[in-house]
Amino acid sequence: MKLLIKNVVVFGKECDIYVVDGIIKRIAKNVTYNADKTIDGNGLTALPAFVDMHTHLREPGFERKEDIESGSRAAVRGGYASVCCMPNTNPVIDNKCIVSYVVNRAKEVNLARVYPIASITKGMKGEELTNFGSVKAFGAVAVSDDGMPVTSSNTMRLAIEYAKPFGLPVISHCEDFSIADGGVVNEGYHATVAGLKGISRVAEEAMVAREILIAESLDSSVHVAHISTTNSVNLVRDAKKRGAKVTAETCPHYIALTDEEILSYDTDTKVNPPLREERDRKNIIEGIKDGTIDAIATDHAPHHADDKNVEYNYAANGISGIETAFSVAYTYLVRSGEITLKRLSELMTDNPANIMNIPYGELKVGGLADITLVDLDEKYTVDSREFFSKGKNTPFEGKELYGRVKTTVVNGEIKYDKGEIVR
Amino acid sequence: MLKKDLLDINSLTKEDILSILEEGERMRDAVESGAKSLDALRDRSVATLFYENSTRTKNSFENAARFLGANVVSVSVDNSSVKKGETLIDTGMTLERIMTDAIVIRHEVAGAAKLLADNVKCHVLNAGDGLHAHPTQALLDFLTMKEIFGGFEGLEVAIIGDIKHSRVARSNIEGLKKLGANVRIFAPNTLMPQGIDRTGVKIAESVEEACDNADVIMGLRIQLERQKKGLFPSVGEYVKYYGITKERVALAKKNAVVMHPAPVNRGVEIASDVIDSDKSYIYRQVTNGLAVRMAVLKMLIIGGER
Repeated sequence: MKLLIKNVVVFGKECDIYVVDGIIKRIAKNVTYNADKTIDGNGLTALPAFVDMHTHLREPGFERKEDIESGSRAAVRGGYASVCCMPNTNPVIDNKCIVSYVVNRAKEVNLARVYPIASITKGMKGEELTNFGSVKAFGAVAVSDDGMPVTSSNTMRLAIEYAKPFGLPVISHCEDFSIADGGVVNEGYHATVAGLKGISRVAEEAMVAREILIAESLDSSVHVAHISTTNSVNLVRDAKKRGAKVTAETCPHYIALTDEEILSYDTDTKVNPPLREERDRKNIIEGIKDGTIDAIATDHAPHHADDKNVEYNYAANGISGIETAFSVAYTYLVRSGEITLKRLSELMTDNPANIMNIPYGELKVGGLADITLVDLDEKYTVDSREFFSKGKNTPFEGKELYGRVKTTVVNGEIKYDKGEIVR
Repeated sequence: MLKKDLLDINSLTKEDILSILEEGERMRDAVESGAKSLDALRDRSVATLFYENSTRTKNSFENAARFLGANVVSVSVDNSSVKKGETLIDTGMTLERIMTDAIVIRHEVAGAAKLLADNVKCHVLNAGDGLHAHPTQALLDFLTMKEIFGGFEGLEVAIIGDIKHSRVARSNIEGLKKLGANVRIFAPNTLMPQGIDRTGVKIAESVEEACDNADVIMGLRIQLERQKKGLFPSVGEYVKYYGITKERVALAKKNAVVMHPAPVNRGVEIASDVIDSDKSYIYRQVTNGLAVRMAVLKMLIIGGER
């Protein structure tokens, strides 16, 4: 399979990209080699396709919200070549059979690469450890009890200790349930005005601190998922200064939105951790700028309308975000002048892939041809009816964003082009 | 002109509030002169949909509707399809299809009244949603203050008690600010919501400071279960540092009054001798509640936008 992308901007320069069997063979002006397929990249910018280290594909068990096929379609529409899916399915991804099921189902779908994340504890119950060796052997790339944080500090310590020789990243959803105390939004002025029960920032920060100290004491690594507060950034920054092996991700919604959004009672603003205040949003961006935050993950959490069209407290947490992630990040980080496009590319591709030890595209000769073409100047209004995801739950509905994904190439094959899945 | 629904005080203008109070005064005069079968809402239907236990607010709304000639449908959540898993929106649409003109809803989740209002064409009156709003309680408090003081400009109102879990406090703060009154609040730190200072209230440093020179001292109900959850150490300590006693009332202005949304824990939020004194308007508030609910039902169903 030979693919030629003509007249596309690659790190500031317009040129052609020539791909043979999934590998970039040439990047130059006026390439005239034979190709099976040619894409006109005029006006578009090429980026290494994105890697999402935090996705919920919901299969098996919650196919009403999303399945591996719809989630994969959404992924390539969002410019993602690889997604790592969380284990809070039913049954939980906690054994080699379910890991294999996800891997095989994704191969049948054959759009984005799907890497399962297994649970830390069996059934995500916070008690017995999952068979880390066996799930890894069958394709799991990390372990996490996302959404059901490991309450016992000692169990977490044992997990981080046991995972080390297997080279399995341990990803922590940091939330101390006793401090969160049933809250549904960020504690602060807007929660007070709305009359919704607040969650103290400390619910997140206390566990970020715990994970850092555990990992540091064992000279092991840990990854903290979706950090959202000023002090979580401070904790990770200080830990990194000491040389602790901690990595951190945040999500597009913590970069773009604040808890002022909850005043509408729109349950699409309900997400965990909750949207925070402006000072947190600014400090998350500072953390991105100074390298404290390594990755931008989507925490794509699709839900059925029935799960959201209820009272705020009863609504499911989460945002269907994989199809807007690049545009949100580009609009609020690059277009606003906070970081360069190159840096955004690292946050969305190189860094998450390196944390998860999985392959990723590179725009160089010999590089893996996972390529996303974006129109950086296109301004559009988010319309969830266009989503390929089954989850239409987005707080960005109706908002104007810049930078639209036009084409996604995975392993040298066009998977998404001009609004359509390519088979 | 009111909107379709009465969801909170914030969405009312000062003029809206004053016109509701004027209508409330007319209603109060009518019921107190014995006219309890007005026909403003004849052939109309009002439903009460209470997801939280309440006797006084529910009875107050239902009597208000009946005195205006409306039919009343009372949905008791305990033995309705709600218990069988029906969603709020589906319940609302069902009530709408039986030709309900207005739904009065109480719900434990903030924003529930708005969710219902956004999904039905009939009028929705919020009788309390989570920690958010209880607009008719605030309106009846305003009607009571107006009856006593004649107006609101410069009125000093102290709200003392569990501010954090009080939709009554929030609705009072919103409305009193619009009406030109000054509000000071006091609570144990664990029962004071974050960011409340940004609403323009003064946070007192002691119960004495809160009462000092006040025109109105409003106590809030404290749920005694909160002590078990660790939000305050004991009833005794609460009374000592936060209770409204005769001595503390004496710090207020000479003609100051004591109010409470009720039901009151005697001897906890307010000392019994204060409740039984002529300073207390707690029972007057109940009658004003009936009047103000008649006013808003009539104004919304006959005069509200739709």
